[in-house]
Amino acid sequence: MTIDPEMAEIVKVFFQESREGLDAMESGLLGLGATADTENINTIFRAAHSIKGGSATFGFAEVAAFTHGVETLLDEMRNGVRPVTSEAVQTLLQACDCLREMIAATEAEQPLDQGRIATLNSDILHILGERPNEAPPPAASAPNHGAGPAAPAAGPAAGAGQSTGWRIVFEPVAELLRLRNEPTRMFAELERLGTFAARADVSRLPALDALDPESCYLSWTLEVSGQIPRPKLDEIFDWVDSHCRLEFTPTGSATAAPAAVQAASCAPAPSAAPAAEAKTAPPADAERSPAAVSAPVQKAAAESGSIRVATEKVDGIINLVGELLITQSMLSGFADGIDPDDLDRLRQGLSQLARNTRELQESVMQIRMLPISFAFNRFPRIVHDLSRKLGKKVELKLSGEGTELDKTVLEKISDPLVHLVRNALDHGLEIPDRRLAAGKQETGTLELAAFHEGGNIIIEVRDDGAGLNKTKILQKARERGLVAADQELTDEQIDNLIFMPGFSTADQISDVSGRGVGMDVVRRNINDLGGHVQISSKEGLGSTIRIRLPLTLAILDGQLVRVGKEIYIISLLAIVETIQVPRERVNKLVGRTEVFRLREEYLPVVKLCDQFGVEPDSRSAEDGLLVVVEADGKRAGVLVDDLLAQQQVVIKSLESNFKSVSGIAGATILGDGTVALIIDVPGLIRSVINSGGAISAHAA
Amino acid sequence: MSTAKTTAGADRSGTDSSEQYLTFMLAGEEYGVDILRVQEIKGWDKVTRIPHTPDYVLGVINLRGAVVPILDLRRRFGLETIEFGPTTVVIVVRVMSGRGERTVGVVVDAVSEVYNVDADDTKPPPDVCGSVDTVFVKALATIEEKMLILLDIDRLIGNSIVDEVVPAGAAA
Repeated sequence: MTIDPEMAEIVKVFFQESREGLDAMESGLLGLGATADTENINTIFRAAHSIKGGSATFGFAEVAAFTHGVETLLDEMRNGVRPVTSEAVQTLLQACDCLREMIAATEAEQPLDQGRIATLNSDILHILGERPNEAPPPAASAPNHGAGPAAPAAGPAAGAGQSTGWRIVFEPVAELLRLRNEPTRMFAELERLGTFAARADVSRLPALDALDPESCYLSWTLEVSGQIPRPKLDEIFDWVDSHCRLEFTPTGSATAAPAAVQAASCAPAPSAAPAAEAKTAPPADAERSPAAVSAPVQKAAAESGSIRVATEKVDGIINLVGELLITQSMLSGFADGIDPDDLDRLRQGLSQLARNTRELQESVMQIRMLPISFAFNRFPRIVHDLSRKLGKKVELKLSGEGTELDKTVLEKISDPLVHLVRNALDHGLEIPDRRLAAGKQETGTLELAAFHEGGNIIIEVRDDGAGLNKTKILQKARERGLVAADQELTDEQIDNLIFMPGFSTADQISDVSGRGVGMDVVRRNINDLGGHVQISSKEGLGSTIRIRLPLTLAILDGQLVRVGKEIYIISLLAIVETIQVPRERVNKLVGRTEVFRLREEYLPVVKLCDQFGVEPDSRSAEDGLLVVVEADGKRAGVLVDDLLAQQQVVIKSLESNFKSVSGIAGATILGDGTVALIIDVPGLIRSVINSGGAISAHAA
Repeated sequence: MSTAKTTAGADRSGTDSSEQYLTFMLAGEEYGVDILRVQEIKGWDKVTRIPHTPDYVLGVINLRGAVVPILDLRRRFGLETIEFGPTTVVIVVRVMSGRGERTVGVVVDAVSEVYNVDADDTKPPPDVCGSVDTVFVKALATIEEKMLILLDIDRLIGNSIVDEVVPAGAAA
């Protein structure tokens, strides 16, 4: 089967939907308790079925065949024939993973991991085969399913495979259409193989008043002529074969066997399922190579940058644009000249315009916003797997899944969050025995919460585990020279030492009972998003990691500052405070770099005028204003001439028409139409610290 | 003239071998750029300076919501700089750089004409050793006994933006 180039778009949708289906399957499986919740299993079954149907339609025979096994197992669970065991759920979860990889590989036109597929397949068959009263030899069917070169079922038919045509009797069950199969699509496939004719049998058609439009009453006799190998036909009927009676007869062939008939009358009864399972395999294998060379799907099309938007959001924007047009037509009425009496109406119109525009901007920004559940959804699985592995009992609580944040932020926060959750499970929560000994519940709690707070998104990862061992952390920090020996730190400062780069080496995980690996990476990722991360912990009671993120990367709450004639923007998130500098608190290091004593800290002073080469009002720290900024846990004072307004600015990339410039994060367009540059605070601080003015941010 | 707008591809005439060039003046010489690359011509206006850039990058402007860099061609070629006058214009061109299409404005002394240049009338530039700037010259054309310098703006601008392989001639 080949895929037309114009099908590529539809195929892409299939891949996307399959991923969503797999997510649904996974969360459904995780929700399966000891009891079989029928509704839940139905959901899982439907997802699997859609994937099977879709993959068969698009010629991804291996995916279809594999899903078929999964589906069979689910079907038995659904019908209560098979108990829902934790082993079965585990196998199905692995099957989900495998399917996800298969879909990714198919999309990227990469070879599939045959070994894994075969192993899982035989696992599934093994479960299916565990039936005391009726035991088909699972061991025998497994290998020929996975990678068997010749297919026994296709044996007799294969001899007649080079006939000049086929007659196919196709009698679907009434549910065929409800199971989302479309016979005409299959006919279209057949038509591609050769000259095709279909004769419908309408004898089963009831009277109109008794007709259920969703049932299939028709059956067909199909004739297709041409040199068509049997597997091609099997492939077309692959995903309906359990819902119909099929009869294949070769026609007009010299070698035609009298009746190489294979009746596959498989009602979806569980007892026949293994047989159906074995039968679907041959077409899958026979079809592997053609399927692999065809399919001109674009490579690496996985991240197309598309976004699925709720219809209501789009409708909201359409409404707003309508209102904008009304306001515009009202205002254009003034074009002929303004009567002084109209002034009020004009003013009213303008304020309406301003409101419309602002709302429109907000709505458009909303398009990029996705609920954080997209990131949270993977955690039940991670927690499930990891707690099993670590032998810990964990209850995961999610809250605020509906909190929306920018798609880009969402994508970039997922990995740091996974890291934090793994850390909390690995190092935070204790094993049941120790928890009981500490007088706590046997089952630990891990909470993931997201909420809004003052224009920011807060994500908290809370556990009720052992907490950080402050003594050990401090000791380690002193050993490493991160903290001076005589320096006193507050508890909070100690906790946040774990974000220091020196704390990220592996050997410390065992020593420090807190977290270790890569926390500095987590913090850097979050800082790159313009966010902030902080940990607080009580020994024996648990830790809370708090991530503060901007709602979006496209808009920034900025502080406009002036240096000479230039206006720059500093993100409000990075600003700690702004101070007028008293002369006596400024010192010079080695005659050049100015440092400023802010309470107990010495801050390097960054002069924007020197950094950016502009002529300032004043060159010394005493006359200007010092904006204290913080990034990566380091602080610096940025010397500016004046503070102007605070406003939200839309971030424009300098790179789209130019290139990135050090110290500059981007540009924006101010109200008067001029361009102002946005300062890259982390970059600026790094450049100051690297350029020799090295001053510890934690000076005593 | 400074506000004249050209639409790319408008009233394109001539045979296959002829191309239309927009020409402009720079230090007494007439240069030409492929008119299909010209997006618009606008008057000189204030720019926002960008730190850490070569001096021929004057800064960026807001071109209907896009942040567009403005280059001074005199500085780019290492020519003597002059005060911007009433005829000084910014020609906004689309160039192909190593990382895709960019919109860039170049400041020139004045715009001149639109010529149909026949491929037969063009000559390759003389191979002047040591002059780095001739790599930006696509060809020389003679129109009405005048010499036109046809520029390869992808090399000239694409390079200076993305790669900076060629040092600024203004250093001279």
